[in-house]
Amino acid sequence: MTSSPDQGHVAAGTGGVATLDPDEVRAPTARAVPWLRIAVIAALIVLAVVLAYVRSGSGVVVVQAVATGILIGGVYGLIAMGLTLIFGVLDIVNFAHGSFLALALFLTFGLTQAGLHPYLALAVSVPAMFLLGVLVQRGILAGAMGKPLENQLLITLGISLIIENALLLFFGANPRSVALPGDRGVPIFDAVANLSRILAFVGALILAGLLYLLLQRTRLGTAIRAVAANDTGAQLVGIDTRVIYAVTFALGTACAGAAGTLVAPLVTIEPTTGSLFNIVAFVVVVLGGMGNVVGALAGGLIIGLAEQLGGIYLPGQSPLLSVFIVFVLVLFLRPQGLFRRSA
Amino acid sequence: MTTTTAASAPETAAGKPLPRLPWNRHLLAIAVLAVLLVPLPLILPPAQASVAVRVLIFALMSIGWNMMSGFGGMFSFGHAAYFGIGAYTGAWLLVEHQVSPWIGMLAGMVIAAAFATLIGFLALRYKLRGAYFALATFAFSEMLRLWATNSDFVNRAVGYHVPLRPDTSWWWIQFEPTSPNYFWVALGLTVIALVVSVQFVRSRAGQFAKAARDDEDAAAAIGIPVMRYKLLAMALSAAITAVAGAFYVQYFLFIDPDLAFGSSVSIQAILPAVIGGVATIWGPVIGSVVMGPLNDVTATLLRNPPPALEFLQGRSGLDVIVYGALLIVIVLLLPKGIYGTIRQRWSRR
Repeated sequence: MTSSPDQGHVAAGTGGVATLDPDEVRAPTARAVPWLRIAVIAALIVLAVVLAYVRSGSGVVVVQAVATGILIGGVYGLIAMGLTLIFGVLDIVNFAHGSFLALALFLTFGLTQAGLHPYLALAVSVPAMFLLGVLVQRGILAGAMGKPLENQLLITLGISLIIENALLLFFGANPRSVALPGDRGVPIFDAVANLSRILAFVGALILAGLLYLLLQRTRLGTAIRAVAANDTGAQLVGIDTRVIYAVTFALGTACAGAAGTLVAPLVTIEPTTGSLFNIVAFVVVVLGGMGNVVGALAGGLIIGLAEQLGGIYLPGQSPLLSVFIVFVLVLFLRPQGLFRRSA
Repeated sequence: MTTTTAASAPETAAGKPLPRLPWNRHLLAIAVLAVLLVPLPLILPPAQASVAVRVLIFALMSIGWNMMSGFGGMFSFGHAAYFGIGAYTGAWLLVEHQVSPWIGMLAGMVIAAAFATLIGFLALRYKLRGAYFALATFAFSEMLRLWATNSDFVNRAVGYHVPLRPDTSWWWIQFEPTSPNYFWVALGLTVIALVVSVQFVRSRAGQFAKAARDDEDAAAAIGIPVMRYKLLAMALSAAITAVAGAFYVQYFLFIDPDLAFGSSVSIQAILPAVIGGVATIWGPVIGSVVMGPLNDVTATLLRNPPPALEFLQGRSGLDVIVYGALLIVIVLLLPKGIYGTIRQRWSRR
């Protein structure tokens, strides 16, 4: 991307954890993994599972909930990684993220109608969403960089309104679905999970790993982290920040695109499907700490669990309600995210 | 987004009291406009008259949003919560307990204001700002939506139908479907909301709230109880938006969780103010006049599309696409909104 010989030098100072938060990147202890905190969170999760067992009195129900929660949580993590990347580098709260996912859903639907295998659609949806991301960032958002946060929020809101309703206009509100050839139930302990769900989880983890490697091990990733840490400094060492902004936004939308294709066999495909994922992704991003890519993946798993276990705690209510309860608690008690030291 | 309105700029170099004329001029303009608009429903054909009522509902919602997010500087993405509380309180009291919608409206205002104060207290107590604040308000309105969708207490996803009365009645806000009375009620409510917002902004409390918006630390340093005035702005804002919800139910005779608490409702509260001009008295009104008829125009277009767009016949969504595009264009090119930009040009002369 850029031709600065100093890039490596910038990278040397930026710890090993894929966090995009400036303070933490600069801190010498950034490499340290917060083991204690992880232990506390793990203990809380175990407690939540035990309580769910007490509440429901059925082992199968709990195992099923945990399996489903973790599997969908991986996908939430992938979506949230894209969202948090955009926030960390561009400082944009991207309300259009879910609508990019919806676009990928319909793209996948269209491609499978044309006879393509759903997972081969990844080869189309990811580049297409990447390209769209570049266009949107350069064409629309670049004009609002550095403006107050509300401006960018309103612009991404406008983009999501346009995409979602363009889908509604052209495809109508009828729900559609994508069938995975050879999909079947796979037993996990006492529970059963669909093969498509397991594959979506595995695919999300692989892509999340690739994104992590890209950020940690390549010149481009180094440049992205440098811009996140200090964009003026990055500019001074010869990084073209405009390119980095566009590429980062595009990487984020590509994550949404990949997730859209992966979950296509699991969900009913409607123009509004994306906004559901958008809501969850925001929760995950705040939970993981805004700008923290690894935190987003971990947060995805936690929210996946919270959603499923919440269905046990609050029977008859929507599982999303428990997601919001977790969200509000985290916003009030740990707005910096679960994995970050308080300021 | 956070511009000080020209009229309220402190021109007290010599310690004179703030000039009162500009505010009185606003009040005069409201009075003149109200009088001019009274005969409107008698002139317009019924279809257009219903558009006019919708414009006024938009305006009410957005005047409320503007008070908290424009003058108060706390960006709310969850005004559906207050709209929905107003709508559901009115509908619940009317359907389950046969209470007049006027009383239901007052009750909705009180409950919405209390809810806003609670959310505001928590959000300010835990120092949520910017994106976090917006996301918190969004989370609360979504929680209300999910709760209403799954609770027998408010009829789950079915919502409420307002029972039709055999007679027309001011006490029950029920008239012939094409009656101009609906417009007059909405006009009256909007005029009251406008007067309240003028009086709030010119008052000491409003000036304190704006000071806290522009520089919270400085405001606190000169002894302004920041929390109290921010909460006041939020409570007033919620109460006004609740009125819009209560009236909505009486006019459309129906409410369900998505119509009341859906995120599109929050967007409908934001858009007119942004299009017209955030933190201005007239911005929400002008924005509503732009937005209200759009829906009808696009619906007509889709009912009888030109030959090139034949395949879109009977589809929906075009109106929101236009809103979205308008939103982007306004934010990029006229960040002060239509009214804000015009006023700026005017005062520069």
